[in-house]
Amino acid sequence: MEIKITLNGKLLTREIEADMLLIDFVRSEGCYSVKRGCETSNCGLCTVLMDGTPVLSCSVLAARANGHKIDTLEGLTAEAEEFVGFIADQGAEQCGFCNPGFVMNTIALLRENPDPTDEEIKKFLVGNLCRCSGYEGQLRGIRAFLEYRRGGNHE
Amino acid sequence: MITFKNYVRAESLEEAYELNQKKNNVIVGGMMWLKMMDKNFGTAIDLSGLGLDTIEEDDEYFRIGAMVTLRQLELHEAFNAYTKCAAKHSVEHIVGVQFRNTATVGGSIYGRFGFSDVLTLFLALRAKVELVGAGIVDLAEFTEMSRKDRDVLVRILVPKDTESVVYLSQRNISTDFPVLAVAVAKTPEGCCYSVGARPHYAKIVTSKEPMSAEEVVNAFSFGSNTRASREYRKKVCEVLVKRAGEML
Repeated sequence: MEIKITLNGKLLTREIEADMLLIDFVRSEGCYSVKRGCETSNCGLCTVLMDGTPVLSCSVLAARANGHKIDTLEGLTAEAEEFVGFIADQGAEQCGFCNPGFVMNTIALLRENPDPTDEEIKKFLVGNLCRCSGYEGQLRGIRAFLEYRRGGNHE
Repeated sequence: MITFKNYVRAESLEEAYELNQKKNNVIVGGMMWLKMMDKNFGTAIDLSGLGLDTIEEDDEYFRIGAMVTLRQLELHEAFNAYTKCAAKHSVEHIVGVQFRNTATVGGSIYGRFGFSDVLTLFLALRAKVELVGAGIVDLAEFTEMSRKDRDVLVRILVPKDTESVVYLSQRNISTDFPVLAVAVAKTPEGCCYSVGARPHYAKIVTSKEPMSAEEVVNAFSFGSNTRASREYRKKVCEVLVKRAGEML
C-alpha cells in the first residue's frame, strides 16, 4: 500500500507492507537514532514525535502514520543541542543506547512544560529506561539546563 | 509477533463492523497489547479516521470515544474535575507518557483485561458501552459477555450523577501492572466498590449503605500469580478500600 509521511520535514511517498511498524519505516529511511530496545512497548528507546506527540514507534503501524508528521532526533538536532551537553556534563550515560529516545521525550516534555519541577520531570520521563544509570545524572543534567535557562550558572 | 495482510482505515462504523465479522480480521486500538500476540491476521481495521478521539459532554453523560488515548483521559480537565482526578490516578502509573499517548480507552475496555486500571475505574463510574451490534450495554454486563463477539466498541458513556469517586492501586514497582486496583464511588444507587487485578478482571459490588473493608474483601474472589499471592491481595484490598472510604 502507498503512504505519505512527512518525515523530519520532508514529504515521502512510499510503497509499504500493511503490517510495517513505524520504527522499521523510519529506520529504512536512515533514521538510525530510533532504537528497538524491548519489543514490549516498555523501554521508550523507539520514541518519535507524531504530530508533535511522543509515541512508541515500535507500537504504531506505519500505515496509521499515513498523512501525519513524524520527527526523529535526526530532524531535531538543534532543539536537542540546547540541553544534551548539560546531561553529558553530568556523565549521566555510559553506553548511550537509550539516549535518542530519552532526548526525544525530553524535547516533548520541555515543549509541553518549559519549566518542570523534579516531580514533573520524573513523571514524564519514567517510560524511558536506562540500564546503565540510576537516572540521577540525567535529572541533574536537566536541572542544570533549566537553571542555566533561568539565567543562573552553568556548573 | 503479529502480521497483517491488509490495512483498512475504516470510513464508517458500518464498514468497520462489516470487516470485523470475518474472524481473521481484527480492530487495532492502540496495538500495545495486540502486538504481543503471535498471530497472522487478514485485515487490520483502523478506527482512527472516524473522529472517535474526543471526550464530549452533555447534560447526562461524558461520551468518551474508543480511540481517546489514556493520556487524553489523564489530562482532560472537565472529566478530571468530575472524577476528582480519579481518571488521572487510574492511568498515570501505566508504563510512560509515550505508551499512554498510543494506548486507547477503547482497547483497554474492549480487552476486559485482568490487569486493567481503566476497567476498574469505569465500572465504579457505572459506565455503559456503545457497541455497533449489541447497542448500549452496561459495562458490568459487557465484562461478562463472550470475548468472541464481533461488535465494534464506539464509545464509553459515563453518567454524570456520581457524587464522589476515589481510585487507588498498589504496584510492586512504579509503571508495572497493578497488584490490586480499587475504585469506590458514591452514587444515587449507593456505594459502588470495584476491585480489579485480583488478578482477574474487575468486578463491582453495590450496597445502599457503606460496607466495611472486610465485607468488601469477602464479596470478591482473589487469586495468586507471579506478582502477588491471594492472601497478600486480600490484605491490600482491605487497606485500599479502607483508605478510599476515608477519602470519599
